[in-house]
Amino acid sequence: MKSNQSVISIRNLVKTFPMGNREFTALNGINLEFASGEFSGFVGPSGSGKTTLLNIIGTLDSPTEGEAMVLDHSVKLLTQKKAALLRSQKIGFIFQTFNLLPVYSAAENVEFPLLLQKMGGEARRKAVMEALEWVGLSDKAKSRPAQMSGGECQRVAIARAMVKKPEIVLADEPTANLDAENSHNILKTMVKLNQELGTTFLFATHDEKVIGYLRRIIRLYDGKVAFDELVTKI
Amino acid sequence: MIRFLFKGLLRDRQRSLLPVTVVFIGALLTVFLQSWMTGILGDMIDFNAKFSTGHVKVMTKSYWDRVEQMPNDLALINTAPLIAGLEKEYPDVEWVSRIRFGGLIDAPDSSGETRAQGPAAGWGIDLLSPNSREAERLNIPKSMVRGRIPQQAGEILLSEQFAQNLKVGPGDAVTLVGSTMLGGMSLYNFTVAGTVSFGSNAIDRGAFIADLQDVRMALDMNDAAGEILGYFRTGVFDKELASGMVSGYMAKADTTDEFAPIMVSLRDQNGLSAMVDYMDYMIGIGIFIFIMAMSIVLWNAGLLGGLRRYGEVGVRLAMGESKGHVYRSMLWESVLIGTAGSVMGTALGLILAYWLQKTGIDISGMMKSSSMMLPSVFRTVVTPATFYVGFVPGLFATVIGTALAGIGIYKRKTAQLFKELQ
Repeated sequence: MKSNQSVISIRNLVKTFPMGNREFTALNGINLEFASGEFSGFVGPSGSGKTTLLNIIGTLDSPTEGEAMVLDHSVKLLTQKKAALLRSQKIGFIFQTFNLLPVYSAAENVEFPLLLQKMGGEARRKAVMEALEWVGLSDKAKSRPAQMSGGECQRVAIARAMVKKPEIVLADEPTANLDAENSHNILKTMVKLNQELGTTFLFATHDEKVIGYLRRIIRLYDGKVAFDELVTKI
Repeated sequence: MIRFLFKGLLRDRQRSLLPVTVVFIGALLTVFLQSWMTGILGDMIDFNAKFSTGHVKVMTKSYWDRVEQMPNDLALINTAPLIAGLEKEYPDVEWVSRIRFGGLIDAPDSSGETRAQGPAAGWGIDLLSPNSREAERLNIPKSMVRGRIPQQAGEILLSEQFAQNLKVGPGDAVTLVGSTMLGGMSLYNFTVAGTVSFGSNAIDRGAFIADLQDVRMALDMNDAAGEILGYFRTGVFDKELASGMVSGYMAKADTTDEFAPIMVSLRDQNGLSAMVDYMDYMIGIGIFIFIMAMSIVLWNAGLLGGLRRYGEVGVRLAMGESKGHVYRSMLWESVLIGTAGSVMGTALGLILAYWLQKTGIDISGMMKSSSMMLPSVFRTVVTPATFYVGFVPGLFATVIGTALAGIGIYKRKTAQLFKELQ
């Protein structure tokens, strides 16, 4: 496990979007701090600002006001290119609909982020197999997404997010398309990876199953933090 | 990375097979069109050069002014020293005298009375000199239908069609009724040695071919010739070379004397310059239209592919691939597709072009009443350009189409990715 140093620091964050003639405030005065190795989640109803916050932390969007520091980089000051580089090296994404590349096998999907990092062939193959082992899919390395179940696809997506050993993994409703059994399997896998690799996991969810696994719950309401609590597991 | 993307390209047939097919068809059509137009143009130029214009032509200024009338009263005289001078100055050109004339051919019956008559377009060419290549140049040996090539003075060839109309054949006597160089009436007897068919209706309707010396005798044109034709020894018309020769010759020519010799290039005769320029223009327009049409088709295919790959591009951007890298990878894909389609289209186009270069398409049925000097069999011609012209639409259109379609990548907002990928 990595030390509890801060990986994300958010100060007085405001995010507005133009909506017709008016401005819509999606996030309003957010102050949050995340330490390395957290397993936390933003929960709240639709429109509460969960995904917008995940976008900003993932350097896909920038704040209108305030400051968001991700891995010592000010998101506001990052250029498109630098943001892309930061994402490719330090941030992993897991999507609700898996978003695997359909013409590639499971191993090739997992391999893709390493190709972006220009990792050498032998090391790459080793890392891919290791990532597939983490999610228990070594035997499905050559299968294409169409030949796998939803749960298996999401495990491949987790392997793809984890293969580069990122410092932060952002997961947007990762269990929304899965049944209960698969959801629990996926979440257990993520907990295991969080514990073994010390990766910080941040979720945007309103799925009770996911909430049950979180160690810190940040409830958002109308773009503000309604409460932020650490969960004590019994 | 390139291998990875190439693998995806091969596996996704909508990304590879469809565009490659479009490019293949476009390249094939372009290659075929180019070889077809070049073939027709080349055949037309060659045909005109051999029968009428030469690569360059020397004649008197007055003759040139009325060249359609073949005015032999304005012909060049003392041609032997003139040709000697030309041969000395232009050793890479073969110079030949010709007399073109009109007249009436009279076919008598057994008692010597007129049985049939018909207007003839006559050619006086050097058939009997041992070193003359005129018969070969006009493709006479291969055009023979009956009889043989004249071997002695007084023998002529008639076009087969003309001979049939006059009901004469090899061995029959005919009389040329014409006009001498000095304006007198000429009656001269010939024996038909054989009949020919050149495959051009304009010539085959009434061709009368005799040895130059015979025609000189018949038309009182001793050492005279209507035209002195120059042929490059390479056998190929060179526009620049001909133009340079004409400029050089005309700079020294006496332009005030209407009987002084002048030189004109093939392009300046029979409206060939306009025709050659027009054909070049049409080939250019044709290729341009192909490129535009294919660009639009491939742009559309690129847009559809872009929509289909919207998710893929989104994931790639989210995972940290830069927009420039995604865009460049798509351009590389299009280069691969364009190259593959162009190579295949060019290969098949070349096979077709080589086949039609050998067999040709017989259009004599359409030329029955035509007076244009055109060959009756059109053939394609494979030139160095045929090997690369297909790559112009094939490669450029694909890359342009993809480049236009891919602009959408730059317009995409990464802030929407999570929502779009849901």
